[in-house]
Amino acid sequence: MTGSEEHVLRSIEARRRTKPRVTDATVTTAHGAGGKAQETLLTALFLEAYGSEQLRLQDDGAVLDTSRGARLVFTTDSFVVTPRVFPGGSLGRLAVFGTVNDLAVMGADPRWLAVSFLLEEGFDMDELRGLVADMSAATREAGVEIVTGDTKVVERGKGDGVYVNTAGIGLLPDHVMLGADQVRAGDRVIVSGPIGDHGTAVMLARGELALEGNVESDCAPLAAIVRSLLGAVPHTRWMRDPTRGGLASACCELSGACGLGVHLLEERIAVRPAVRAACELLGLDPLYVANEGTLVAVVPADAADTAVRAIAAHDIGRDAAVVGTIEPEPGGLVLLETALGGTRVVDRLVGDPLPRIC
Amino acid sequence: MRYVDEFRDPDLCRDRIDRIHASMAELARRVKVMEICGGHTHAIYRHGLPGLLPAGIEFVHGPGCPVCVVPMGRIDDARHLAEVEGVTLCTFGDVMRVPGRNGSLLEAKARGADIRVVYSPMDALDIARDEPDRTVVFLALGFETTTPPTAATLLRARDDAVGNFAVHCNHVLVNPAIQAILEAPGQDIDAFIGPGHVSSIIGTRDYEFVARDWAKPFVVSGFEPLDLLTALEMVISQLIEGRAEVENQYTRVVAESGNATAQELTAAVFTVRPHFEWRGLGSIPGSALAIRPELAAWDAEARFDLPGVQLEDARACQCGDILKGARKPWECRVFGTACTPEHPIGTCMVSAEGACAAYYSYGRHAETRTEGT
Repeated sequence: MTGSEEHVLRSIEARRRTKPRVTDATVTTAHGAGGKAQETLLTALFLEAYGSEQLRLQDDGAVLDTSRGARLVFTTDSFVVTPRVFPGGSLGRLAVFGTVNDLAVMGADPRWLAVSFLLEEGFDMDELRGLVADMSAATREAGVEIVTGDTKVVERGKGDGVYVNTAGIGLLPDHVMLGADQVRAGDRVIVSGPIGDHGTAVMLARGELALEGNVESDCAPLAAIVRSLLGAVPHTRWMRDPTRGGLASACCELSGACGLGVHLLEERIAVRPAVRAACELLGLDPLYVANEGTLVAVVPADAADTAVRAIAAHDIGRDAAVVGTIEPEPGGLVLLETALGGTRVVDRLVGDPLPRIC
Repeated sequence: MRYVDEFRDPDLCRDRIDRIHASMAELARRVKVMEICGGHTHAIYRHGLPGLLPAGIEFVHGPGCPVCVVPMGRIDDARHLAEVEGVTLCTFGDVMRVPGRNGSLLEAKARGADIRVVYSPMDALDIARDEPDRTVVFLALGFETTTPPTAATLLRARDDAVGNFAVHCNHVLVNPAIQAILEAPGQDIDAFIGPGHVSSIIGTRDYEFVARDWAKPFVVSGFEPLDLLTALEMVISQLIEGRAEVENQYTRVVAESGNATAQELTAAVFTVRPHFEWRGLGSIPGSALAIRPELAAWDAEARFDLPGVQLEDARACQCGDILKGARKPWECRVFGTACTPEHPIGTCMVSAEGACAAYYSYGRHAETRTEGT
């Protein structure tokens, strides 16, 4: 690397560490896509205004200390998906598992949910019945209870059929100490199964691509897997369910928060052939495609085998594997060692991953 | 995945890399190789090839990213179309973020313009059929690869008398761009890796001028790492032997004469424009296609009153020098500071295939090369 190149790269790194500002005049879809634009919106607008210390941690949920010493985890998520029913899942199942998983990866035992419906005038009652039945079945599967809720109906044309919001509370066991600040160089990164199934299944189900493939969403509750993992490896450092933005974005978040380097090994990361084929055709990278029932965890190196075994004892975790390590350098960046032994940077997405033209 | 896995086989690739190291030692000088196609640029970084190859090989990322070369004026025209009452603009995903003078199509969409991402021009025609009260305009762009599907769609619209459909044509031709790069003052490219997909349509004969008139090796390549490594080895062999020929590594897809059906379709619908403005490269004669006058009913440029302003590139932007290989992405004044993938100034930063975006996203920290020739 030449001197001037190094200089430019250093100034880029310095710039990346400066405080982001929202410069866009309007909200675009990029602001909800889990990439840099959304990050800017969250830090420069919401965090700036709300100023809560809990929020500043940018975890999947907030840990609340109650006066009696019990710790609660509290989270919320809103759900829109087209189509509302897809192979392997549905809007109803996503709405329950999405919130359950956010609680689970915080180390909590998910217990209670609140559900809000924004319904559009004219929405089919049978479809609503199906949606509610799906949610009810999903709560039984995940071992949670819907204890409160709200319903609003907006005029025809003012909503896209139905929007669902869920909020959840879980109980955090005393011994659990998770967080990016717990992560140490030398730790191992574990993924519970093949990546990119959910995003690919939904894309194919939209039927816009004239592609057919047997890809099912991985949509599933992670609470049981997390319980096993925390039981087997109480010193688990950090967990996420890599939903929108995929494994790549989750790792970027981690490297940013812990200041260490995340080194991934391409050949260790499982991708189903049909998912790989669809992504290849669309010019998408499976690393950035959404999952809805996949766990990424960081554990101490000497506990990696135990952790993999604990996860693999569950059906949805049977392909669990160590996919990378935490390294001291380069701090704050994710590197991928390609199958050929080359290296590249895995960066945050700007907005939605856009299919390439050729 | 057949036809992909074989060409990503790590052992075969490593073997090729070893051979390239040996030939570079034999050649005993630095070489500048331009890969013309954005797909190649993307693949080179995605597979981490730069760090595996001898330091004496320098890749210059050419003008073959169709999104990167669309000038601001054309984006403004498209945006203008999208804001016409009753018009639905359809286009490919990565065009959405290309900056025009008044912002990108993504921003126009956020302000209420009806802009939809499609995966093929036929999808746009289907929208026109489904929504007869809208006028659906397909923003067509791309090199010779994407031209035949646009042509087929337009002919289908004519045959089925779909009157509420039109094409805004920005299709460009690869050879005039190569010619412009070769004629640029100070050009010091040693050899070319030729586009794979484009060549599947136009064949390999049209590249002869590069070898004949400019004495530069030209090897058409596929998009997998083994393809690119093999093509690179072929390029270096030519340089060692002092040959300058057009060779074809991508024989499983590319025939010497190309695809006759696709060429006929293109000829039936399009005619060559006298001039076309390229982002970064300026006006290049005979470098783009327009819709034939007899098909004017489906030509958005004939049907709508467009501003059609020729706009200079942003002054700070040095995309032109980067596309010509005269400057590396990181040598640009605004690279990574004012111009980032979040807020691109030049189009090289917009598409993942753009030289700057590829370097910004994938290249940094991957340049620890094996020292050699």
